Amino acid sequence: MKHLLSAADLDLDTATAVLDTAAELKATLLGREVRKLPTLRGRTVITMFYENSTRTRVSFEIAGKWMSADVINVSASGSSVNKGESLRDTALTLSAAGADCVIVRHPASGAAHRLAGWLGHTGTGVVNAGDGMHEHPTQALLDAATLRERLGDLRGRRIGIVGDILHSRVARSNVHLLATLGAEVVLIAPPTLVPAGVEAWKVPVSYNLDAELPGLDAVMLLRVQAERMHGGFFPSAREYSIAYGLNENRMKLLPEHAIVLHPGPMLRGMEISSAVADSERPAIVDQVSNGVHVRMAVLYHLLIGTEGNAL
Amino acid sequence: MASPSGAATDPAERRELLSAGDVARTVARMAHQVIEKTALDAANRASVVLLGIPSRGAPLAARLAEKIAEFSGVKVPVGALDVTLYRDDLRRKPARPLEHTQLPECGVDDRLVVLVDDVLFSGRTVRAALDALRDHGRPSAVQLAVLVDRGHRELPIRADYVGKNVPTARSEDIAVHLSEVDGDDGVYLSQGGQR
Repeated sequence: MKHLLSAADLDLDTATAVLDTAAELKATLLGREVRKLPTLRGRTVITMFYENSTRTRVSFEIAGKWMSADVINVSASGSSVNKGESLRDTALTLSAAGADCVIVRHPASGAAHRLAGWLGHTGTGVVNAGDGMHEHPTQALLDAATLRERLGDLRGRRIGIVGDILHSRVARSNVHLLATLGAEVVLIAPPTLVPAGVEAWKVPVSYNLDAELPGLDAVMLLRVQAERMHGGFFPSAREYSIAYGLNENRMKLLPEHAIVLHPGPMLRGMEISSAVADSERPAIVDQVSNGVHVRMAVLYHLLIGTEGNAL
Repeated sequence: MASPSGAATDPAERRELLSAGDVARTVARMAHQVIEKTALDAANRASVVLLGIPSRGAPLAARLAEKIAEFSGVKVPVGALDVTLYRDDLRRKPARPLEHTQLPECGVDDRLVVLVDDVLFSGRTVRAALDALRDHGRPSAVQLAVLVDRGHRELPIRADYVGKNVPTARSEDIAVHLSEVDGDDGVYLSQGGQR
């Protein structure tokens, strides 16, 4: 594994290896005096964030630092990007400066793929930390880690992904990874927020949340991405919340064992009610801490070993 | 360092160094040595913790603890300490899966930690284990117990308890089988080359 660009690139063995590594990292870091491993000493990881982010950037930074890599954060504002430097030139500069791995978030779908092509000859690895409406593979991995922790083996488990599928890179990555892990996925959204060409994903689509809830082992809520919405996708926030928001009454339809995930940031009162968000059921805090362990595992598999080794 | 499992080796080409019975007797003898050297049966005994290095050191540590309890009546806490993340050959070898680390609830602070592994070879695994241990706490002392010492040390490290000393050639392979991992007990020597 040289790059991590898409959850679709992960086969079952690779995905399982990364998730197992993440689980062991979590176990080994539990209760220890020094939460720092020497594993990536001397490696340099640079994060390039062209979009706002709290949890992803912070968790990549913590992941790198806990493994003793040198982590440097570059954001679009405050770098030469503001002076008009292209993505390609910025990436080549960072690579030439000695980055073993660049972690990139960019508003344009496909940005990470282009970057991996440009850096192909340099030996610098690329991790996609979210590219536009395309993919966010480490989010899918941390969701899978959380689901495995709560539900065990995911084969045959039914996971509902609810909300703004159209604009969601999280949904795309999750559909790929959950299928690889053998789970059944059902997409639940208003028709206006289902992407064109969804048939190609080979997963059922439902417009009725209440009908699906009783059969789910987990429900994954997506943020309604107002910043990517240019046009009317639903009449009002209130109407969306009535049809697709997870509130206390809907929670009663979910089976006892079922868990609630949200990639964050949450819009309380929109896709999730405050009462549900603050209840015991959601695994949202676990998702954040698993995010660190999963990203440590990704860096481990990406940066350990001889040049160009296959995982 | 654990040798590759001998399961794939042709039984005709390998020589048995320890039979299943020998393994049991050797572990029992090592248990007596640990009791004696750490004065476990004395009133003012040190608080001993056994930490096995996966994969085969972990079941070995559990067996040792069982024998120690049988002979001295003292229940010694047991754990497993994976050292993969602390190895010095991470850049040279492909990423390998991590094994499970499980420290006993008492931790390692101010304890006499006995590291347990199946084979002592270059000493690099033990070096990694000492580094890993330091991140978990500050033991009062650290000792090393191995089932087989095959020589060829590359670091100034020696074992406190040795089940069997086996002079080997570097090219040879030692395969320790434990029923918990391999389905049977025994120690075998074979001509290497598959490494």
